Amino acid sequence: MKSPDRPAGHGGPVRRLAGMLHRRPYLRLSLLLSAPLLWLVVAYLGALAALFVAAFWSTNVFTGDVVKEFTWQNFQDLVTLDVYRTVMLRSVLVAVLVTVIDGLIAFPMAFYMAKMASPRTRRWLVIAILTPLWASYLVKAYAWRVMLANDGLIDWALGPFGAHGPGYGLPATVMTLSYLWLPYMILPIYAGLERLPDNLMDAAGDLGARTFRTFRTVVWPVAFPAVVAGSIFTFSLSLGDYIAVKIVGGKSQMIGNVVYDNIGVANNLPFAAAVATLPVAVMVVYLVAVRRTGALENL
Amino acid sequence: MSPPAQRLAVGLRGVRKIFGDVVAVDGVDLDIRDGEFFAMLGPSGSGKTTVLRLIAGFESPTAGTIHLGGDEVSKRPPFERDVNTVFQDYALFPHMNVIANVEYGLKVKRVSKAQRRERAVEALRTVRLEGFEARKPGQLSGGQRQRVALARALVNRPKVLLLDEPLGALDQKLREEMQVELKAIQRQVGITFLFVTHDQEEALTMSDRVAVFNAGRIEQVGTPAEVYERPASAFVAGFVGTSNLIQGEAAESVLGRTGIYSVRPEKIRVDTHLNAEVPVGEHAAAGTVAEVVYAGAATRFVVDLDAGGRLIALQQNLQTSSMDVLKLRDARVRLAWRREHEFAIREDVPPGLVMDGPPTTVG
Ligand SMILES: Nc1ncnc2c1ncn2[C@@H]1O[C@H](COP(=O)(O)OP(=O)(O)OP(=O)(O)O)[C@@H](O)[C@H]1O
Ligand SMILES: [Mg+2]
Repeated sequence: MKSPDRPAGHGGPVRRLAGMLHRRPYLRLSLLLSAPLLWLVVAYLGALAALFVAAFWSTNVFTGDVVKEFTWQNFQDLVTLDVYRTVMLRSVLVAVLVTVIDGLIAFPMAFYMAKMASPRTRRWLVIAILTPLWASYLVKAYAWRVMLANDGLIDWALGPFGAHGPGYGLPATVMTLSYLWLPYMILPIYAGLERLPDNLMDAAGDLGARTFRTFRTVVWPVAFPAVVAGSIFTFSLSLGDYIAVKIVGGKSQMIGNVVYDNIGVANNLPFAAAVATLPVAVMVVYLVAVRRTGALENL
Repeated sequence: MSPPAQRLAVGLRGVRKIFGDVVAVDGVDLDIRDGEFFAMLGPSGSGKTTVLRLIAGFESPTAGTIHLGGDEVSKRPPFERDVNTVFQDYALFPHMNVIANVEYGLKVKRVSKAQRRERAVEALRTVRLEGFEARKPGQLSGGQRQRVALARALVNRPKVLLLDEPLGALDQKLREEMQVELKAIQRQVGITFLFVTHDQEEALTMSDRVAVFNAGRIEQVGTPAEVYERPASAFVAGFVGTSNLIQGEAAESVLGRTGIYSVRPEKIRVDTHLNAEVPVGEHAAAGTVAEVVYAGAATRFVVDLDAGGRLIALQQNLQTSSMDVLKLRDARVRLAWRREHEFAIREDVPPGLVMDGPPTTVG
């Protein structure tokens, strides 16, 4: 339609731009993604790269200035000094324990929510699980500190059985972290089980499988990617945590504390950077291991 | 209310199932003989799937008992019932490939690996799915999935196979092939087939007996011929074939009787000689052709009777061509049929099912 007197705006700049975008999908895509990509590259990967580079620097012992020369010294110290190895192992152990405990609590809970509860109960449970996420991390950690205190709530509850609470220390840290990250395990598993059609379980039963076999051969494989997703949250959040352990951990130290102390008290930023790469490395190893199970393909 | 005899494959006694305030199955009594090909026919939502799920054990009846091969199984879980199900929506395991899906039941029963593979491959051949062993269900078309579901159930050789619209997703040609195939399989292995469909033609062509469901109840059980030729209710007459009801004044003036009667369209002859003598043993009614539908092998005439009501007549196109029959629109004709082809319909049918207007056409 080439008529010169078509309505105003018909060939206007907006329309031309829209037409151009429609014809050039590449342009459309770059417009859509430029802001997030910029953020990802500069702020996110950039910071990570800076971290890696800084890990190979050192500090002048007398002036405290950062010496920007390549050295393996930080990593050598990390590997050879017993104290760091212990901290490292302790952190991974805590992260693993938290993940396992959360998994054991979350799976039945999520299964009940997704497959057994009435829609009404389900709604309430989702709310009950989401609500604690609105409360401040510090408040929740200090709440546990109060509960775990000598003659605190836990001692009082266990008293009649002749037992008392764990007090402050690693077990207390594991308990507190398990509590803090539980929703991050329940929600992905719940979402994963929601997607599992009910009649798959019927079909397994129909073909002769008892409850446990149905779980092992049908429910678990289908839900496994969701469990992995949840475990990535609980594992990495626990591995990097340094506040809960300060509040309820007694004298125990985790990786996060070492990083924190080296930035603050010791003023050794390069060493802190070197320590900080460890959880990243552990997570990469974990993700690669998970990938080999094929679970990520279904995420 | 005595338990069904030994030779019965499935026996239902007064089975009811209520979901909240929905009565899905409303008092069903049903005996299915050993080795029978039994179809359950009915409109959507009439409770067919629910009856199947009750027999398989996925639901427990609100009231009534279920017998399988003479044993009461009402309280047994699915894995203790010797039945297998082909689900309406397939229910294939998404994380297993086709062969693993088919082998699942055998594996549970601890059949040896070699034998398992052999039987699974055989089952896949039966449903024409050779070469698909390594695919995941997500990589199959709807019809292929349906056939995997069929193979997965068949391979176990259960006493009773429950099929919930197992051919619904197939194209016409494959569907007809699979119908023949299913009949052949059933004859070969002697399994009792309990087959749900809402395709009346499928039910009539494939089954030994048919149960027609309506709103959670069984309206009629019988051989395809019985159900088709002698429907027990107006609902059955309408759902299985074209109902063609003659009732009220029309019944009195044409048939000389009161009541509701039905004549199948293919039994009615269309005659253009209005004044010819009516042969002995026949009834005839004059009317005007309202519509002529040419359908290749046959022509369908919709005729408004002078006495009231409307009948459909189906005529084979033996000599006529499309041009000739189409000229008959608005023509005066006389319909005639042999008296033995009119049958009385039970009058205690729920109101609303019997229509005074044009009869319903299904299929
Ligand atoms: N789990 C359930 N909860 C509540 N109502 C249900 C449930 N299952 C079935 N119903 C209801 O019971 C009635 C019968 O359902 P059913 O699935 O047996 O019908 P159907 O005859 O198989 O229909 P279709 O031909 O569409 O498959 C329907 O009204 C349905 O909505
Ligand atoms: Mg159904």
